[in-house]
Amino acid sequence: MPSEAIAAQRSGKTRKQHVGEQPASRHRAGASPASDASASVHEWTGFVPGRWQNTVDVRDFIQRNVTPYDGDEEFLSGPSERTKAVWAKLQPYFQEEIRKGVLDVDAKIPSSMTSHAPGYIDRDNEVIVGLQTDAPFRRAIMPYGGLRMVEAGLKAAGFEPDPIVHETFTKYRKTHNDGVFDAYTPEIMACRRSHIITGLPDSYGRGRIIGDYRRVALYGTDKLLAAKRGERALLDAKWPTDDVIREREELAEQMRALADLAEMAKNYGFNITRPAADAREAVQWTYFGYLGAIKEANGAAMSIGRISSFLDIYIERDLRSGALDEAGAQELIDQLVQKLRIVRFLRTPDYDALFSGDPYWATECVGGMDLNGRPLVTRTSFRMLHTLTNLGPAPEPNMTVLWSKQLPDGFKRYCIKVSAETSSIQYENDDLMRPYWGDDYGIACCVSAMRIGNQMQFFGARVNLAKCLLYAINGGRDEVSGEQVGPAASPVSGDVLDYDNVMAKFDTMMEWLARTYVHAMNCIHYMHDKYYYERLEMALHDQQILRTMAFGIAGLSVVADSLSAIKHAKVKPIRRDDGLIVEYEIEGGYPQYGNNDDRVDTIAADLVSSFMRKIRKHPTYRNAVHTQSVLTITSNVVYGKHTGNTPDGRKAGEPFAPGANPMHGRDNHGWLASCLSVAKLPYADAQDGISYTVSITPSLNRLDQGEKIKQAVKVLDTYCGQGGFHMNLNVLNRDTLIDAMEHPDKYPQLTIRVSGYAVNFVRLTREQQMDVISRTFHGDG
Amino acid sequence: MADEPWAHSRYDLQQARSPDAPETATFDDPRGDFGWIHSYETGSTLDGPGIRVVVFMSGCLLRCLYCHNPDTWHLKDGTRVSFERAKTALAAYAAPLRAMDGGLTISGGEPLVQTHFTKRLFAAAKAMGLHTALDTSGFLGTRADDEYLRQVDLVLLDIKSWDPETYRRVVGQDIKPTLQFAERLAAIGKPVWVRFVLVPGLTDAPANVEGIARFVAPMRNVEWVEVLPFHQMGAFKWKAMGLNYQLSDTPMPSPDLVARVLGQFREAGCRAR
Repeated sequence: MPSEAIAAQRSGKTRKQHVGEQPASRHRAGASPASDASASVHEWTGFVPGRWQNTVDVRDFIQRNVTPYDGDEEFLSGPSERTKAVWAKLQPYFQEEIRKGVLDVDAKIPSSMTSHAPGYIDRDNEVIVGLQTDAPFRRAIMPYGGLRMVEAGLKAAGFEPDPIVHETFTKYRKTHNDGVFDAYTPEIMACRRSHIITGLPDSYGRGRIIGDYRRVALYGTDKLLAAKRGERALLDAKWPTDDVIREREELAEQMRALADLAEMAKNYGFNITRPAADAREAVQWTYFGYLGAIKEANGAAMSIGRISSFLDIYIERDLRSGALDEAGAQELIDQLVQKLRIVRFLRTPDYDALFSGDPYWATECVGGMDLNGRPLVTRTSFRMLHTLTNLGPAPEPNMTVLWSKQLPDGFKRYCIKVSAETSSIQYENDDLMRPYWGDDYGIACCVSAMRIGNQMQFFGARVNLAKCLLYAINGGRDEVSGEQVGPAASPVSGDVLDYDNVMAKFDTMMEWLARTYVHAMNCIHYMHDKYYYERLEMALHDQQILRTMAFGIAGLSVVADSLSAIKHAKVKPIRRDDGLIVEYEIEGGYPQYGNNDDRVDTIAADLVSSFMRKIRKHPTYRNAVHTQSVLTITSNVVYGKHTGNTPDGRKAGEPFAPGANPMHGRDNHGWLASCLSVAKLPYADAQDGISYTVSITPSLNRLDQGEKIKQAVKVLDTYCGQGGFHMNLNVLNRDTLIDAMEHPDKYPQLTIRVSGYAVNFVRLTREQQMDVISRTFHGDG
Repeated sequence: MADEPWAHSRYDLQQARSPDAPETATFDDPRGDFGWIHSYETGSTLDGPGIRVVVFMSGCLLRCLYCHNPDTWHLKDGTRVSFERAKTALAAYAAPLRAMDGGLTISGGEPLVQTHFTKRLFAAAKAMGLHTALDTSGFLGTRADDEYLRQVDLVLLDIKSWDPETYRRVVGQDIKPTLQFAERLAAIGKPVWVRFVLVPGLTDAPANVEGIARFVAPMRNVEWVEVLPFHQMGAFKWKAMGLNYQLSDTPMPSPDLVARVLGQFREAGCRAR
């Protein structure tokens, strides 16, 4: 056993994986980091050497080689002829999809990296290649998550499930879904049925894992395999406890995945066993990494990470050598984005109701500062956002700007300009996240930050906090079904709800809900690791990683307003014959969340902290760190549908507000008040993110464009300075949306941001379109 | 609840919230411990520089045909709010407003109906380091003494017409006090944004525009002339209040008309937008 491995085992310390041919020890013997082996890697010529050459460390590579750019957008190029040709080929698919939904599915072959022959859109014009199956818009099946979901998805799309696949996954191969239901308790099943816990990834891919796809480009699969062998040697030296055996098996899977990825690329005619040698290869290799992931995992969210400024290093090198010009650089990014825009997974109608508009959250982060106070904005950050102009607005990739007050002004202004034109960008507070996650984190899904390559999360959807409050009032009985779901307790008595009494009962009910929730999550992720392990995504991680378990709450504003009503007004419960409280009568006004009024805003902030404290009490699978989000995606509609009348005056069935937003129409003192209320929610107790969506109506033309942009920059700076975490910014008119509902053909690319992601408005269900339209639109003056 | 006004939006119709309030026309309160407020709005970008909090006071002596808040005419339609409460509410925005180079705008209604309350609120805003703007018709300009104007960084002065007959038709009062107030502001060099509401068929006559343009052009203190296109957003309030709304059929001004009027102002040497 190598002495170092023993030391590592004893100290239990996290160690970086090593790149060399041999296990770890070889490079540790006091040699300089830029040692012999790496200097001879010709693909790395021209890069500033460093630690990244001997150790898998993309951040170090970026730190040493990135060229920050503090200018404006003047340098950008339009789309190339080839890009336009490919885009034109895709248009008929997009149009047909609006009418028809799912266009095609391969129902016979469960997807893997090598399951399908290479596919092309327009081979002569594609600069970047690779499709999920052998044809564009042909969706794949991934039964490992759960066969039921696959078959329901097929049927909904009008395709027949395949008998052989059915037999295989019922007779010979167990799925994640089967495993979870073997472990669930009756109590969890009841919670699921009554919609107090919803959207759990117990029958589909959990997602929210970001492979460090950049590693494929920087190192090639051979070096990554070598590093994995080094990690394996360390594991082999450990005593085989359950954990160690699981990790060994996982590593073996990871190594097989890297070999398969190389095989997949080879089928497309590329040798990715070596590092990428130029910008085109860097984009292609990185995309292959992502493509391999989405061929095997149909996770709810499949972020691509933070690739723009990484790729910029390759582009800069080629620009310097004259091998590439600006048009060529833009073409690479445009064509990569074209690929990201046609990712499709087979989903079910139930799933679509929760996550509407066919999203997959290929979230890409641009901007942000590094730990030394240097902006990580590069020309390719601009090029990435510029795809929204070259190709038109679109929901994917989910463009996420990591906003810092220190970002260069030219970039800030450009972001706002693109936002105003496309409503396709979300902003997240880099100054708030950097102290937690460093300067090489990405956003999984909408608002979940994680260090790329050494952190992943166990995704956990969310609980319905409003329903929990109703359970507290009704002694654990469901207000819709009357069923006893929560622990039996005495319901509230008396003619008027008493704040202290309700709070005491609510606290107890939240304790129960938190416990049940963590319980369910442990079952889910145990089984997901066992039956549907994301082998490639995890191969693009270090072996030692930080795991978080991401819990979530929905209905925050409903609960905060309800409690405020109980506290500040007079709320009378109305009982049915059997004693179940099903309605509330409110006398007098009460302060409502969203108006910068501490009397209710502190209730909202306390709820976030309180539920987090309760969650933290219960140990997690693999000792994951508990986190929490205030995020709903579009499930605010479904949650509302299944929740009875609430003490804030919301009627049964009415949608909740999305994410951390105030309830529709209650934030009636303008966007500033609304923003400041949301900014009071504590990120420390919601480290998985706090989603806030703002829709602004473009104003009459009194201010010129430059002045408006300047103001908007200040607004974002100030919102972030006040502790705001996220802003999903829409700039559009309600009338446009109403017209789009009636005439979808006129608006094929109309994009609107909803709770952490963006959708094609015309692909939302009518119910959700109505919800979006009913939300508060703030005039900007 | 005592502080209910803060739960209402400027777009909500508000009537008879304080039935015991004094009559607007004869109102005089030298202390200003209480004000009658219609509503407030945060985040405006159009009512002065930067990002603003705008407080809409109740009480006005004009009866503009196009008024979009006829529920601000009487003190009794507003809600009685203590000065301390208003100051506390404003303070919750002070830091972000400063960061966004913005401040407080008091509008209405007519802020000068409640001279002492608004003066105190302006003074409080100044003490918080905020920029202050008074949005007024100027009709009660004499009520704003020099001490008052010292608390005001910018006056948004509505000159609703030039032709005295048109002015009277539009607002039901005499134009003279407004023009005198404008001249006084010019004399002391107080920054002013002149505002002109462009209503097709009512205020759009070329000579009417020309008159304002010539009057304003020599005034060095006037930073902007702002042309505000008429809209129908207040129509529902007139109907709900049973008032005779005369502009039901009046369209929004066309872009061509707006361009013509802006052109007239610019031609005369005004900085207009």
